[in-house]
Parts: sequence; structure tokens; C-alpha cells
Amino acid sequence: MDLRDTPEEAAFRAELRAWIASNLTDEIRHGRFEESGREWSRKLYQAGYAGLTWPKEYGGAGAPYSHQAIFLEEMARAEAPSHLGVIGLGMAGPTIIAHGTEAQKERHLEKILSTEEIWCQGFSEPDAGSDLSAVRTSARLTLEGDHFVVNGQKVWSSFAHIADWCILVTRSDPESDRHAGLTYLLADMRAPGVEVRPLRQITGEAEFNEIFFTDVKVPVENVIGEIGGGWQVAMTTLLHERGTLGFALTAGLESQIRKLLALAKEKGATEVQRDAIAREWIGLQAVRYTNYRSLTTLMKTGIPGPEGSGAKLWWSEANQRVTKLALELLGPEAQLLNGDGKPGSHVQPGYWQHQQLRSRGNTIEAGTSEILRNIIAERVLGLPRSR
Amino acid sequence: MEFAFTQEQEELRREARAFLEATPEAPLADLRELGWLGVSLPEERGGGGLSFIDEAILFEEAGRALYAGPFLTTAVVLPALPEVDERAWSVETDGLVPHLDTVDRVLREDMTACVADGETLATVDETRPLGRLQATDCYEVGGDWELVRLRLLAALAVEAAGIAQKALELGVEYVSQREQFGKKIGTYQAVSHPLADTYVETELARSLAYWAAWCVAENDVQAPIAAAAAKAQAAETAVAACERSIQVHGGIGFTWEHVLHRYYKRAQGIDAFGGHGAVHRKVVAAALLD
Repeated sequence: MDLRDTPEEAAFRAELRAWIASNLTDEIRHGRFEESGREWSRKLYQAGYAGLTWPKEYGGAGAPYSHQAIFLEEMARAEAPSHLGVIGLGMAGPTIIAHGTEAQKERHLEKILSTEEIWCQGFSEPDAGSDLSAVRTSARLTLEGDHFVVNGQKVWSSFAHIADWCILVTRSDPESDRHAGLTYLLADMRAPGVEVRPLRQITGEAEFNEIFFTDVKVPVENVIGEIGGGWQVAMTTLLHERGTLGFALTAGLESQIRKLLALAKEKGATEVQRDAIAREWIGLQAVRYTNYRSLTTLMKTGIPGPEGSGAKLWWSEANQRVTKLALELLGPEAQLLNGDGKPGSHVQPGYWQHQQLRSRGNTIEAGTSEILRNIIAERVLGLPRSR
Repeated sequence: MEFAFTQEQEELRREARAFLEATPEAPLADLRELGWLGVSLPEERGGGGLSFIDEAILFEEAGRALYAGPFLTTAVVLPALPEVDERAWSVETDGLVPHLDTVDRVLREDMTACVADGETLATVDETRPLGRLQATDCYEVGGDWELVRLRLLAALAVEAAGIAQKALELGVEYVSQREQFGKKIGTYQAVSHPLADTYVETELARSLAYWAAWCVAENDVQAPIAAAAAKAQAAETAVAACERSIQVHGGIGFTWEHVLHRYYKRAQGIDAFGGHGAVHRKVVAAALLD
């Protein structure tokens, strides 16, 4: 057991920190994510920081997972925006690497890293949320057998309004039920018949979208895995979504708590609030070191340790508590749209109010807290299945 | 960065668990025989030449087994003594001394040691009875109480993690067997979800406790804040783990004959001993905000 960076890790951290200092401008930091994010993502790619853990043959750095963890920590420390291609890097790319054909790898992987292709995820549907096996978007194979015709609706799709490609779970066998008969497609978002409509959420902004597919042609060479074998492929995607998430979430929470501390110093805090703040800081250390334990297992065995399975669950509820604490520190001012964050403040106007409203989504997206508790109960604790 | 135990340490854990399962009431002398006292002392001082992390494994297993002898208190005091001895030790905090009836000496915050005379008090946690020291026969020991205090907090935190883990296992075992309305009650989410929460919290508590143990072992600058953080959260986790386990056990969990109340009382004893969570969070808040 040694909780310090190894000399090799320390060198990587120092080099990265220096790179961030000379490349991260205030314009990138505070600019609109979709524009400045693209520029920032390209810089990350050129410096070799996109796809750190991807194999070298696919344009990655072939680095150990510890580098990815350090990368996420340092990015959060510098308040840097994340890579615009989060779906591509964290979900589409790893799925293509695991199940894709050589042609698919050749066509997409490099472009995912360079942000030339932005990806979105077409999994959830109005009637298939937590229960992904209920998807109804149909993919009918033509008689010639050279392409599918896709019809249906997807929902809660981040980045769809700027995406070039979509990882799409469809039902290719209309007679099938639940997990069988699903096919995983790579769909071109510029194809005729694809329509994206933004979904305005409780924060007032639109991060998510609905995607409507009307007779959209998807060539058969865009199937990932087997026709009818989409469930297994989708599980790979979700494993990656949840597997690499812990460090990113912790890094985000760390930056949030740093802002909370600054706010508490500025506004003053009661004894009760100080106790609550200390509790959240302690919880942050707990989840951070739990991630390290899980990471050590991942590096030794290739599979993350089970203790990391609670990271998203804990983080989502912690982020809700932390943002609410901030509103409490701000007092009635928190209700003003441009309230917090005077000139020269550490946050943008309306920051905490926006963050608090946004945090309500944290316990719903990427696996609701109820689903995550089911997973822990059944797969980690081995309790009898509830369904 | 490597946050895992070595194979030797995992082996030590297996041995400790097997020994304590077979002989949960072994006298302290037997533990001394096994080399469990002074594990982290250098060999030339008669110790095991290992680290506080190895000791932490033993504290965790002692908690899991509800070991009732003055093991933890003796083990945290030994490295502070100028001469290592064969006595059983305890410490006095907030005017109370755990295991006063079974130890030979008591170390106090001013680094004086006293012969363990005094009154043993009826205590909720029967595995760690408290007493009030009659400090009549005392002598100077010298050295730094802060090191003893940090070892104590970190040791209590890992012990709490061991208790939380056992309470969780008892709950999982019970709800996997007990049937009501024609189903195993563990299939009901109102029953399984609190256990999932206990799992998450127990792993978090364990991470904090190991972090604190590592900081103490390495004399890291973060040791004071890590020990405070770990003690605060791990103790509360152990209490909550026992409460949820009692709840999912239903009536049987509320009986004197079931072992759970003994874990619950030990957890509450740990929470109270050396300061409740709020006391330690006050220290953490001051470090962060003042």
C-alpha cells in the first residue's frame, strides 16, 4: 500500500499540469461549451491526452488507467471543460474496439479522438427507460439484405443536436421479446429521416434531445456485433459508462466542494452548516479513496473492484446535498436568476441555482439510484433477484 | 499509487479471522503469543517489524469478531512507551477508561501512566466496559500523546469498518433465507435497498479507515485530518449498518439472544469513545474554513 504517486505517475502529473497551464485559456474555460469545447478537445487530441487508455494501434496512448485517473483529477483541479466527445471516448469508442469490425475501427476511432466525429447515444425511449430491454425502435432488414430501415423515437440523448453519429439500440426482430432480437447500429445523424428536437429541462437549458427516425436507411456494415445480438453489445457500452465514471464524478465533486468552501468563507457559515460542509468533504475523501481501491484492482486484474460500484450512487446524492448547502449559504439571494457571483467572484452568475436544479438529474441519468441499488443488491451482495 | 493489501497482509487477515472465529474469547496473552501486540514496533524493540497497516488488519478482524479483551488499547499504547512491556494497557479519555478491570496500566493525556485502580462502571457495551480511574499510583512516561491519539482514532475507525461489514453480512444472510408472502424478503426492494446503502457506506468507511491507517503508518502530514475524518464517518457507518441490519431482521433482531445488539452497542461505544462525529467534523471544518 502506497497512496503516493509513483515516480512515473508524478512525472506524468507534472507534465500534464504544465501543459494545462500553458494551454487552458480563460476563453476556453468560460466559453460556450459547444464552440470552445471543440477547440479544447482538438488541443487535447493533438497533445495525446484523448483516449489515454485506448490501445496505441487505434490512436490511443496505451497508458495505464492510473494516467486516466490523474488526467481527470488535474482537469478538475484546473476547472477545465471536459472533452466534447465524452460519448465517443467513453462509450462508442470502447464498444467499437470491443465488438467492431476492422473497417468500423478504421472509419471511426481516429475521428472520435480528434472530435471530427461527435457521438450521441440512442438507448432510452419514452417507454424504455431503466428497462432497456423494452426498446421498440424498429430496424427492418430490406429484402436485398444490404440495409436496415429504422423507425422510432429515442430520448434523453445528450449531444444529439451536434452529433454526427449515434450508437443506436434497435429491435430488428419484430416478433422478439425483451433481450433477444435487438441489434446495435452505428447511425449517421446526417442521414435523411433523422430529426433532433431539444428537450428543455428544469434548468431552462436543453442538454438533452429527442431523436426521431423516419425510414432512415442504415447499411448492414454499420451493425456492431451480430444481428440480434445487440443486448450483449449494449452491456459493454454501459459497463464502460459506469466503469470509467467514478474518477470523473469525484473530480467534479471535488471542484464543486472547493467552490462551496470559498462561498462559505465569503458568506460565513453557522455551526450546523460547518458540520454539514465537513461531512461532505469527508465523504469526498471516502469516495476518492474508494475509487483508488477499485482502480488498483482494475490495474491488477483488468476488472474494477466491486467497491467502486457505489461511486455514482454516492456522488449523485452528495452533489444534491452540496448544491443545496450552497443555496442555504446564499440565503434569499439564491432565488435571483443572476444572484450569486458578484464581479470577481469564483462562480458565474446563477451558478449555484443552476447546479442545484441540474443535480436533480444526477440520480436519474446513467442508471437511476433505484437501478443502481438493485445492481448492488443482486450482483455485489448476491441477494435474490427482485424481478 | 497502490491502494491494496499485499498477499502477506491478506494471509494475516485470513489467519486472524480463523483464529478469532475459533477462539473469540482468547485471553490477551494468546494474542501476544501470536505476535499481535507490537506488530508495528521495530524488531530490535521486540516488535514485529511490520507497519500500522498490518495492525489495522487485526483491529478490523477484532471488531468483526467482537473481541472483548483490551487488545486495541494495548496495541495503540505500546509504541509510545520507552520500554516495551508485557502489560495490558488502556487509555483515559473524557474521564473514562475502557477495560479498566482487565488492564494493568492506564496511559493519560499528560503522558503519565497509572496503575489501573478504580471503579468499574456498568456499561452498555459489555465487550468494552468502562471504568473511572483512581489515579493514586502514577508516574511520568514522557513522549507525545498526539501519536497515541491518532493511532487510537485510526484503530477505532478500522474496527468500526469490521463491525459494519459483519452487520451487513448478517443482514444479507438473513434476508436471503427468511420468507414472507411466499418470497424471500431480500427480493423486496424496501428490504434490499437499505442493505445496498450499507454496502456503499461500509466500503467508503473502509477506504477512509485505511487512508487514516496509512497516514499514521507513514507519519504523513494529513494524519490528523485523516484520523478525524475516518473516525467520524466509520463510527457512524457502523451504527447505521447495525440499525439497518436489526430492522431487516424484524423481531428476531430486537431480541437479547441475537448477536446484533452486541454489535450495535459496540458500534455506539466506538462512536462515543474519543469524541462523537460532530467533535471530529468540527476539527475538519476548522482546517477547511478558518
